[in-house]
Amino acid sequence: MMQGSLSRRTVLQGAGLGASALLLAACSSGTAPKPAAAVDKSDTQKSLRFDSRDTYRNTTGEDFPLLSSFTDSTSIEVTYSNAVSDDNVYYSKVKNQLKMGQDIGADACVLSEWMAARWINLGYLQEIEREKITNFENVRLQFQNATFDPGRRFSLPWRSGFTGIAWNKAAIPGGLTTVSDLWDPALKGKVGVMSAMRDTLGLIMLDAGVDISDASWGDAEFSAAVNTLRDQVNSGQIQSIKGNKYKEDLKNGTTVAAIARVGDIMQINQEAGDQWDFAIPQPGGVLWSDVAVIPIGSTHRGNAETFVNFYYDRAHAVKVAAETSFISPIDVRQPEIGTIPQDLARNLMIFPSEATFKTTKSFRTLTQGEEQRYGAQYQTVLLGAS
Amino acid sequence: MAFSAFATGTAKEQAPRRKSRIALLLLLPGILYLMLFFLVPLVSLVITSFQQPIPFGDIGEYQTAFKWENYVDVVNTYGEHIFRSFGYAILATIFALLFSYPLAYFIGVTARRWPLVQNLMLVLVIAPFFISFLLRTLAWKSLLSDESFVISGLKALSLMAPDAHFTGTPAAVIFGLTYNFIPFMTLPLYSTLERLDTRLLEAGSDLYSKPSMTFFKVTVPLSMSGIVSGVLLTFIPAAGDYINASRDFLGGTGTQMIGNVIESNFLVTLNYPAAAALSIILMAVILVMVTVYVKRSGTEDLL
Repeated sequence: MMQGSLSRRTVLQGAGLGASALLLAACSSGTAPKPAAAVDKSDTQKSLRFDSRDTYRNTTGEDFPLLSSFTDSTSIEVTYSNAVSDDNVYYSKVKNQLKMGQDIGADACVLSEWMAARWINLGYLQEIEREKITNFENVRLQFQNATFDPGRRFSLPWRSGFTGIAWNKAAIPGGLTTVSDLWDPALKGKVGVMSAMRDTLGLIMLDAGVDISDASWGDAEFSAAVNTLRDQVNSGQIQSIKGNKYKEDLKNGTTVAAIARVGDIMQINQEAGDQWDFAIPQPGGVLWSDVAVIPIGSTHRGNAETFVNFYYDRAHAVKVAAETSFISPIDVRQPEIGTIPQDLARNLMIFPSEATFKTTKSFRTLTQGEEQRYGAQYQTVLLGAS
Repeated sequence: MAFSAFATGTAKEQAPRRKSRIALLLLLPGILYLMLFFLVPLVSLVITSFQQPIPFGDIGEYQTAFKWENYVDVVNTYGEHIFRSFGYAILATIFALLFSYPLAYFIGVTARRWPLVQNLMLVLVIAPFFISFLLRTLAWKSLLSDESFVISGLKALSLMAPDAHFTGTPAAVIFGLTYNFIPFMTLPLYSTLERLDTRLLEAGSDLYSKPSMTFFKVTVPLSMSGIVSGVLLTFIPAAGDYINASRDFLGGTGTQMIGNVIESNFLVTLNYPAAAALSIILMAVILVMVTVYVKRSGTEDLL
């Protein structure tokens, strides 16, 4: 009896100790040193795992044509994934591996600039061997540098676009010119906005006369924009706040006007007839940008650099921009621009002029404290909390 | 706990008097499993809920502390969401019970004479669950969108205002929850009603009891274990659900439930202590509500 009782206690004590050890491991925190970059195996392994977004892929053909021609010319097999549909969700999935310098399952990935800024700050990215990217000279001057990454040592411009206002031409024949037009009582319950903070609040702040690219604005300006949004949500003016699915609301008529990205509007116009119009609002639109980065645990940095260099070729860049309706970071000129249909070549939303660029602003890089504070404040609006 | 309702035996087995090493050895995998996959995560969750941010640390970096204010903060900020979640879950459970009871009664009692119909109806209850939960909810979203034939039809019949919406409203979320959890209510009810001795109903009738009285005095008490099981299997997941209320599915900004808040804090703002505190609150409230419910319904042996 005694023996049995002791055995049980021993078993439980042992299990308790094991659990405690695991708990201690789970509770451990502290600032670890920045991880070291993985060894590059590109010379011997001709493969590349590339995490990107679904909208960046031409889906009309059998497969992304650029990938096939890249593999044909370099023998590097590319595994292209649409894993980065949301920067925050992607980061929350890979942050622990990044912190330990481990492979995240991707040799290169496409991130929003603000997320890339965070990864650079934390030492989660490998430095790019710029000598290998000989086509970098083709990149437009305004994208060759970034405040969060001087000299583009860690991030390479990948795709950009404009955020502005879109509307159903039949429902609003007179069109819209400013973000404030969305708050017209005639549109009550028919307005949609994007859940991406920098797009929606960026436009609202621009509408209020704030230069979102300038470091001079702070908590007061941000809170004012959040309050504007909250008021419009609470009053029922805004019907939906969604991620990429805001396009579906426009398509099925749930909303007739929205804060939208121009590439998305071109896409739904192609899919459902030319029903929607897009404008950069008068005080200014938002210029958003994505960058390609090489995570610290990537073992194919060289292959990733070769891939980006291939994409930076003017002939390739012009085709991708025309097929996906996003602004290429490459300064495409004649004769390459002559290889695509004229209506696309003249489309200032895909191949913008310098004057068009000047009508937009990029959301400035937030400090870590601002990122946390503003993110939490914005989420309370999305969750309907006060 | 609630699954014991499916068990048929009622007699309590006598506990073995001798405690052998072999029995302990056989118990070890089970104990380790519970330790690793239940106890450790639970304690870890509790510890996380009291954590505080590391000074000058990265977003999502926290250190062990006893910051009980996390609980006060989440209740102050998201108290409305907590009440809303339980309100929606209670309503969805009631609607699921009202829908499922007649259905389970028909399958388990009325259709006993027609085994083919009985089996076919059971398949019909389960069949939608061969399709993904997300796809089913998305399908309802399409069916209930402003331009759908259902909503257009209701507007044409003046049963809905021309500018009214259904998706994004509490009604849509409760509808989605009810629909998605109906089999979890129907199957336990069926399992109990299928064993209902109909001679007792005849006896009630012979004693001049009205059918309604027989139902409430005989049928309902005899199917109470199924009702309790169904209610628990519906209410518990419904209270923590975050798909139906999501803005991308049937919900809107004003219908967000506690599951959506946890998801947002966990995946978007990386506020793990807030997400953990909300999870603990959700668990605690469910535990209290379920205990009170089971005690009051006289089926303590289910726990």
